[in-house]
Amino acid sequence: MRTETRSAPTVVIQPSRGWAPIRLRELWAYRELLYFLVWRDLKVRYKQTVLGVVWVVIQPLFMMFVFTFLFTTVARLDTDPVPYALFVFVGLLAWNLFAKGLSEGSTSLATNQQLITRVYFPRLILPSAVVISGLLDFAIGFLPLAGIMIYYGYPLELSPAFLVLPLLVALIVVAALGIAFWLSAIDARYRDVRYTLTFLTSLWLFATPVVYPLASVPTNLRWLYSLNPMTAVVEGFRWSLLGSAWTLDLITGISLVAVVVLFIGGLFYFRRTERIFADVV
Amino acid sequence: MSDSVIRVEHLSKRYRLGQIDPYQTLRDAIARVAVSSSRAVRSAFAGRSKATRNPSPDGHIWALKDVSFEVDRGEVLGVIGPNGAGKTTLLKILSRITEPTEGRAEIYGSVGSLLEVGTGFHYELSGRENVYLSGAVLGMSKREIDEKFDDIVSFAEVGEFMDTPVKRYSDGMRVRLGFSVAAHLEPDVIIVDEVLAVGDASFQRKCLGRMGEVRGEGRTVIFVSHDMAAVENLCDRAFALARGEIFASGNPSDVISQYLESYAGYSTVPLASRTDRRGTGRFRFVGLRISSGPNPTDTVRCGAPVDFEVSYEGKPPLRNVDVAILFYNQFGTCVLLAGSAIIGKVFDEVPAKGTFVCRFAKFPLMPGTYHLLLGGDTNSVQADEVKDAATLQVVEGDYYGSGKLPPRGYGEFATPHEWELA
Repeated sequence: MRTETRSAPTVVIQPSRGWAPIRLRELWAYRELLYFLVWRDLKVRYKQTVLGVVWVVIQPLFMMFVFTFLFTTVARLDTDPVPYALFVFVGLLAWNLFAKGLSEGSTSLATNQQLITRVYFPRLILPSAVVISGLLDFAIGFLPLAGIMIYYGYPLELSPAFLVLPLLVALIVVAALGIAFWLSAIDARYRDVRYTLTFLTSLWLFATPVVYPLASVPTNLRWLYSLNPMTAVVEGFRWSLLGSAWTLDLITGISLVAVVVLFIGGLFYFRRTERIFADVV
Repeated sequence: MSDSVIRVEHLSKRYRLGQIDPYQTLRDAIARVAVSSSRAVRSAFAGRSKATRNPSPDGHIWALKDVSFEVDRGEVLGVIGPNGAGKTTLLKILSRITEPTEGRAEIYGSVGSLLEVGTGFHYELSGRENVYLSGAVLGMSKREIDEKFDDIVSFAEVGEFMDTPVKRYSDGMRVRLGFSVAAHLEPDVIIVDEVLAVGDASFQRKCLGRMGEVRGEGRTVIFVSHDMAAVENLCDRAFALARGEIFASGNPSDVISQYLESYAGYSTVPLASRTDRRGTGRFRFVGLRISSGPNPTDTVRCGAPVDFEVSYEGKPPLRNVDVAILFYNQFGTCVLLAGSAIIGKVFDEVPAKGTFVCRFAKFPLMPGTYHLLLGGDTNSVQADEVKDAATLQVVEGDYYGSGKLPPRGYGEFATPHEWELA
């Protein structure tokens, strides 16, 4: 013990400046805390609710009904050969995972202010825990999906395209983490973020081909969609689950690059501002 | 020196005054940008303000200034000081919650910090769930918590409520459970802030006992407290902070004495400007000086000699004067009337200006915070009354000269008494 401690201090505390390294090893050491925070999130969410986890199913179903009414009865939107309800439900499945990470992840530092000012741990864990806990809701969402597919007589078989799904889910998680890193770091200091979240989320929903197909967007506007990281993911989801057409074109490529840029940028911005969180949050 | 586990060199922490505000909005930042170039935006991106070294007179405060010390393995170091002296800032830097502005600290070994009781508790969750959550937040692994779970529960004495949500716990139960989790941490270095100042008297004794055990296990502890008796009993060494700087260090009882004597920034309380007073105004209290040694103070030890010097000004002739100090505890109950008439001392005639002195050979009030009321009569007619003339802190002291400190929470007074076998 003695000889070991003489070699180098375990902890060195000094002012840091500029860009900070990500310190993956430390994050790994704190993996159990991440697990407990995810667990806390899940436990707390459905305490004192009568329906509990059923809410996870009700919410997207309800949204599906609303959009189906809007776009098949009020306005007509062609999603042939996929029934609109199924089309939109798959889109919402992907979207909700992202939106939860976006809205709750971005306020995660401020809501955990008590922890941040009392104990040390890599702060990256806080937004990460929120995004990861969304995965359970996401997984549960496959039950009503199966029901809807049976209802419309869709074959419940696993096509090779289904194997790409985990990759797409990973992309959503990475995109949600990226945006949550950015916004939570800004929200820790400027609470303006939370006031923009509601309309940012709905704006983003409509800027993503969730309730309408990308094919219905005029060709000269499609390049704009490529800047939205969720475009490729949502289209990919339908391809993987419903066998819709998905072309791996330039739009997809740029969209994927956007996710990676968002994530890495967020990671470094977060680490750079992390040192002042406890003082400003 | 040879085996120091904590080495702190020239540690300083500067806050921008605005940072102490609860939070900022972008609007404020934009406003600041408009006024003072782009510094705010740059600092938002840089993560810390790279402001100049000589701070603007209004903009910054040094919460900690050039603090250096070392702690040896197994040593228990106490840190005392008035509110705002930088104690908590020091702990937060050593716990890596916030970064220093200047200086460096090295710690050899794992660090656990206890800056509150019940860190990480979520009130919707059950006691059982919170033990795991708080344990994980404080740095325990799941296996460690599994192993210690039964000990934690039995130490906290909340066994039958482990599946009840913590929001239905009493404050006492919550504190016991929170402390119990923390008490089972096993880092090489423990940083403790004020946590012993909570809970009922019997649980406090248990906590102090546990701290004693921790000390026996050879763990290094940094202990910040207002509780002088605890610092004196538990610590091998102590230092006192004031305005962010160390002004006394060494053996705990010496440091405490120095702190009590020379606690800077406190002098005679001026009363002349007070307008919220009652009485005829035949004479007015103009100042109150409390001392327990050569210098004025607001903190005295139970059992120490204490003088209250009350100065006044009036219109002569001032005849048949009665002066009194009333001590109110923090619940607003008057616990002591120290009056001249009541002890049979009536001042037949006093000059137009002067000072009354009320002397306690052994101050009898138990540790706590007291508010003082001054009252004076001439010829049995109220001449002046000043409520809340001063606040007095009483800290633990060896009233009986027995080497034992009367325990907090057992009575309001210490008073001489005898025991014998009849």
